[in-house]
Amino acid sequence: MSILDGRTEIYRAIVAPRAPWSRVLRAGEVLTVVDLDGNQAVDFLAYDAHDTSRAYSAQATLQGQDSIFLTTGSVLRDNEYAPLLTVVADDVGRHDTLGGACSKESNMLRYGHHTWGQHACAENFLRELSRHGLGKRDHVPNVNWFMNVPVDPDGALGIVDGISSPGLSVSLRAEKDTLVVVSNCPQVNNPCNGFDPTRAEMVVTIDA
Amino acid sequence: MTQQAEAPVGTGTTAGARAHARAQEGTVVADAPAVPATTWPRPPAHVDPGRLVWAERVAGGGYAHRVLARGTTVRLTDVAGDACAHVLLFHADAPWERLNVADTVKVQWQVYSGAGRLLLSDQARVLASVVEDTSGHHDTLYGTSTQARNEQRYGDGSPEGPSPAGRELFVLGAAKHGLGRRDVPPSVSFFQGVRVDDAGRPRFEGSAGPGASVTLRTEMPVVLLIANAAHPLDPRETYTSTPLEIVAWRDRPTAPEDDLWTATPEGRRAFENTHDHLKGRGLA
Repeated sequence: MSILDGRTEIYRAIVAPRAPWSRVLRAGEVLTVVDLDGNQAVDFLAYDAHDTSRAYSAQATLQGQDSIFLTTGSVLRDNEYAPLLTVVADDVGRHDTLGGACSKESNMLRYGHHTWGQHACAENFLRELSRHGLGKRDHVPNVNWFMNVPVDPDGALGIVDGISSPGLSVSLRAEKDTLVVVSNCPQVNNPCNGFDPTRAEMVVTIDA
Repeated sequence: MTQQAEAPVGTGTTAGARAHARAQEGTVVADAPAVPATTWPRPPAHVDPGRLVWAERVAGGGYAHRVLARGTTVRLTDVAGDACAHVLLFHADAPWERLNVADTVKVQWQVYSGAGRLLLSDQARVLASVVEDTSGHHDTLYGTSTQARNEQRYGDGSPEGPSPAGRELFVLGAAKHGLGRRDVPPSVSFFQGVRVDDAGRPRFEGSAGPGASVTLRTEMPVVLLIANAAHPLDPRETYTSTPLEIVAWRDRPTAPEDDLWTATPEGRRAFENTHDHLKGRGLA
């Protein structure tokens, strides 16, 4: 049985590989992010729709749970510790909130100056945030749905092969009116999306 | 107009209030900045006191902030064993460039901080490097506390209360540099350690004990904010935060001939980017 069963769909859209997307979720609405083609990292930010200085905080989120990974039951918190969204269903079982977004700048450091010309998630976020009156100050480290980032005993951290596959999804219930912003990651230098950016689907449902 | 020869008694007049106020100078307290910093009584053994640019003891639950030139060495000391230095850095000339904890751990493939680690900005540059560390108990994952969480845990999170939240202290420090709440991003913390087990669960490791120090070197002109507040994962029921000592002196930034410059390819590119940027601004 799917989390979507018995719910009324009010919105559905496919986000092209490499593209941004955003929407304000009303309190109680459920956003389901579908990894349509498998092994695609979907970078995700959230803001209190009525006070955008209250941005998603990876650190506050981790303080509120007993694991560095996100899965069903995880509460995504803002920088004041208030709940924004709760993970209510998850086909994958492990999502990242340590690695943040790729950017032209971080790509340069990680892979070399030759990557400067490539598109990156930070570009998507800055462009999409600008549509909502938000700017670089508002751009903070984000969630990466479907991205696998283990931490080894010696503290080594890295983005490794994904554990998602085609059609798997994660569903989030908005605890208050929340602006959600997505970058469907364009990364081609690491395994976060198998070196091949693919589509993501966004489905919004409400109680029937 | 003539100056009064004797101080008036009481504070019922302007002159009395002025005399009362002026008589307070010289009061000795433990937690205060030395001004000028060169008067600090405990300079590091190898440092000429004339080079000191900042010396301050920050109370538990207090905060500090300073604009520092590139090439400043900043030594933080956990005086009594329960300091926690939550740290944020901004490019002093363009504060929308700031510490990015995700890039800091991702680019260096390492979540545990210590000597040799770089504190990276979101613009692929080195804001500061960690050049010495006698603690080894640090955290880049959990950030600082919030007012709401400290209210839940201790009954109060306000800066003037008994259990100040680090984020509220950061907001005060940031405000004094023209920055607001949305300018306070995730932070790193020194002197209270967290380790992660195989299942991804955190284990709070506390401090290394009294006297441990961490020494940073600024690689850009920076605004440095420090909130000395109990770590958010500290399991003790009572808010525990003891003084932090800060001593900073004029030094030099990391140079291409230094081992740190070439320690990793990622770090070398970050130093190259930093130098390139500062050269363009006439600062290197």
